[in-house]
Amino acid sequence: MTLWIAVLVTSLGSYLLKLAGLSVPERLLDSPRMQRIAALLPVALLAALTAVQVWASGQTLALDARVAAFGFAVVALVLRAPFLVVVIGSAAVAAAVRAIG
Amino acid sequence: MSSRSVNSENPAARPGWERTRREVVRNAVGVGVAVGAYGLSFGALATTSGLSIAQACALSVLTFTGGSQFALVGVIGAGGSPVAGIVSALLLGIRNMLYGLRLSPMLRVTGGRRLVAAHLVLDESTAMAVAQDEDRAARLGFWATGLAVFVCWNLATLIGAAGATALGDPQALGLDAAVGAAFLALLWPRLTGRGPWITALVAGAVALALTPHFPAGVPVLVAGLVAVTVGLRIPEPRS
Repeated sequence: MTLWIAVLVTSLGSYLLKLAGLSVPERLLDSPRMQRIAALLPVALLAALTAVQVWASGQTLALDARVAAFGFAVVALVLRAPFLVVVIGSAAVAAAVRAIG
Repeated sequence: MSSRSVNSENPAARPGWERTRREVVRNAVGVGVAVGAYGLSFGALATTSGLSIAQACALSVLTFTGGSQFALVGVIGAGGSPVAGIVSALLLGIRNMLYGLRLSPMLRVTGGRRLVAAHLVLDESTAMAVAQDEDRAARLGFWATGLAVFVCWNLATLIGAAGATALGDPQALGLDAAVGAAFLALLWPRLTGRGPWITALVAGAVALALTPHFPAGVPVLVAGLVAVTVGLRIPEPRS
């Protein structure tokens, strides 16, 4: 039930943000500073999410198969691999490390 | 993901509207198919994080903005509270508002059309619209890309969610480890200089430093806001 509420609240909020952009006068938010915040916010959040997904396990930090998967992802992205290759390859690396260990 | 046609071989033969139209639609479908790859991953990772197939699909139909959807399931999958997940998702959604500002003079939509158009405001539809030379092509680029992505994203989410559920144990398949890879892949194209790199490294470091001391989900939010504050102080290179 809580998950359904989270799904619906996220959906409503996301939609209202999109609609606000199409509805408010352009000058209200279109400052260079706002543009920079909008560009940096996804960078900051995605980086924080990446770090937590790779090294955190609940409230403790952990070094496990996910770090090997992360290493694969970095190499794949440097080599300009497509998204699916990055994601599936990382999963395969983690699965392999767990199967060995 | 955007494309602009430059008729360099023969400047006398200016491409007509029909040709522009075909090219824009073809590019839109191509973008839609490419986005399907993200949809497959999203569906699979959402069910791995504890959402049902129906919840994963509802998110894709109703929220319909990939970054925010990944953020919500990422935080919930890591054991964070739904509230922290929602706030992370909505902070990521702020960029769609700025896309809307950019789009509204081109689209000139009102009433019911605006309500529909708002749902299609995305990274991809905005990129395709602003890449066009004239407003008519921009409008076509927006609508065609938005609709193509909507269809592909939702089909792919369903396939990914059902597929991952059918495959079974996500840990043995390494699917939980793929969430970090997915976030990194979404982040990668945005690391376009010193400012974004420093912001990203600060965000990652702060999130990990806070992890032992706060409930899951909170470190991501605090780290995100701290890193943006730091990033804003880094002078932008003059181009």
